Amino acid sequence: MCLAVPGKIISIESDDPIMRTGRVDFSGVVREINLAYVPEAQIGEYVIVHAGFALNIVDEEEAQKILESLAEISELDEETEA
Amino acid sequence: MKFIDEYRNTEAINHLTRQIAKLVTRPWSIMEVCGGQTHAIMRFGIDRILPETITLLHGPGCPVCVTPLELIDTAIELAGNKDIIFCSFGDMLRVPGSVKDLLSVKAEGGDVRICYSPLDALKIAIANKSKQVVFFAVGFETTAPANGMAVYQAAKLGIENFSILSAQVLIPPAIELLLSSPQNKIDGFLAPGHVCTVTGYHHYEPIAQKYHAPIVVTGFEPVDILQGIYQVIAQLEQGRAIVENAYARVVQRDGNPQAQKIINDVFTVVDRKWRGFGMIKQSGYSLSERYQIYDAGNRFKLSDKVVEESTECISGLILQGLKKPMECPAFGIRCTPEKPLGATMVSSEGACAAYYRYKNAE
Repeated sequence: MCLAVPGKIISIESDDPIMRTGRVDFSGVVREINLAYVPEAQIGEYVIVHAGFALNIVDEEEAQKILESLAEISELDEETEA
Repeated sequence: MKFIDEYRNTEAINHLTRQIAKLVTRPWSIMEVCGGQTHAIMRFGIDRILPETITLLHGPGCPVCVTPLELIDTAIELAGNKDIIFCSFGDMLRVPGSVKDLLSVKAEGGDVRICYSPLDALKIAIANKSKQVVFFAVGFETTAPANGMAVYQAAKLGIENFSILSAQVLIPPAIELLLSSPQNKIDGFLAPGHVCTVTGYHHYEPIAQKYHAPIVVTGFEPVDILQGIYQVIAQLEQGRAIVENAYARVVQRDGNPQAQKIINDVFTVVDRKWRGFGMIKQSGYSLSERYQIYDAGNRFKLSDKVVEESTECISGLILQGLKKPMECPAFGIRCTPEKPLGATMVSSEGACAAYYRYKNAE
């Protein structure tokens, strides 16, 4: 029920603060999404979407952090195990 | 898909699993609150790769499951009204009421429509002025911005033939209820990532402190869930109990202020009955005074509902982490997703339904 999926904004149609909508691409499936809750979101950015609403912009830097820390520790793992 | 595939990476999963195994020195019970996380844990077999000393308990975080039977019956009554177009998220249609479900109302000729967003229901209202349109506003805090905006827009645009049947519930009061129980077996929590996207996680800080239970905000992919478990275990092993955020790519401490503004305008916090739990204080949203005219419960004359739950169903104990689905004698025999006896079997995100789907083959 609380499923929310990341998608990429490919266009922004209306800039009315409440009706702000855009087309969001979820791996090829494009839907019209309400962007009122992410007023600063720009075309090309990824947003997390639930029930037709973007709830937040996906923070690429934060997304990278966990993956990088995992990659680093993985390398350490291999060195100690080798 | 970006932001999904990399969080299902086998190497990262194996690595985190090894780290957790290195860290753990004694048995711990961790509850994932959100049904979406329960589903992911079963789907990816995360419970099977963890050390045996770690028990995952599955919490009450499935709004479909905890919607009380009398509210389902009310939805069915409204959907059977010839003047009403009844709109709902798809996962409510097969939830059985006392006599039938919304899908059978549709089969009998009721105008029941599945909506992806509550705004779709608003569009239906605009296009069908001679009918009343009711949206079944089920959900946790994640869904409140969508349900709230539909009502806000209806008021702004003067759409008078639109209303909602609110079944909105809130997570922190349920966590607090679980932790304050004398029977509590939960050592730490994975907090629901998408709920926190909306609300932030500062509401959880006093709870972690008061009950000395670590709470880690966690996402929904295998790497996210294992990272959440890793951080909870690390805190437990060190005797710490704070709120940490393991889902920083979409969650900030204060949540989404624009969404909270609409929620605070449209809704007011009320006591709410949860299926399998009973009444929980201050655990739901009703429409605020200003938006009362959009409440389907006020707009339509509804019959009083008296319901009887199955006496055999132990979903209340499962939702509290006191029993596992397999411990129920009715599981998979007299209780299946097709013929559910209670809360945890009615939706695919319920613990029993997830066990039935992914564990029955074992």
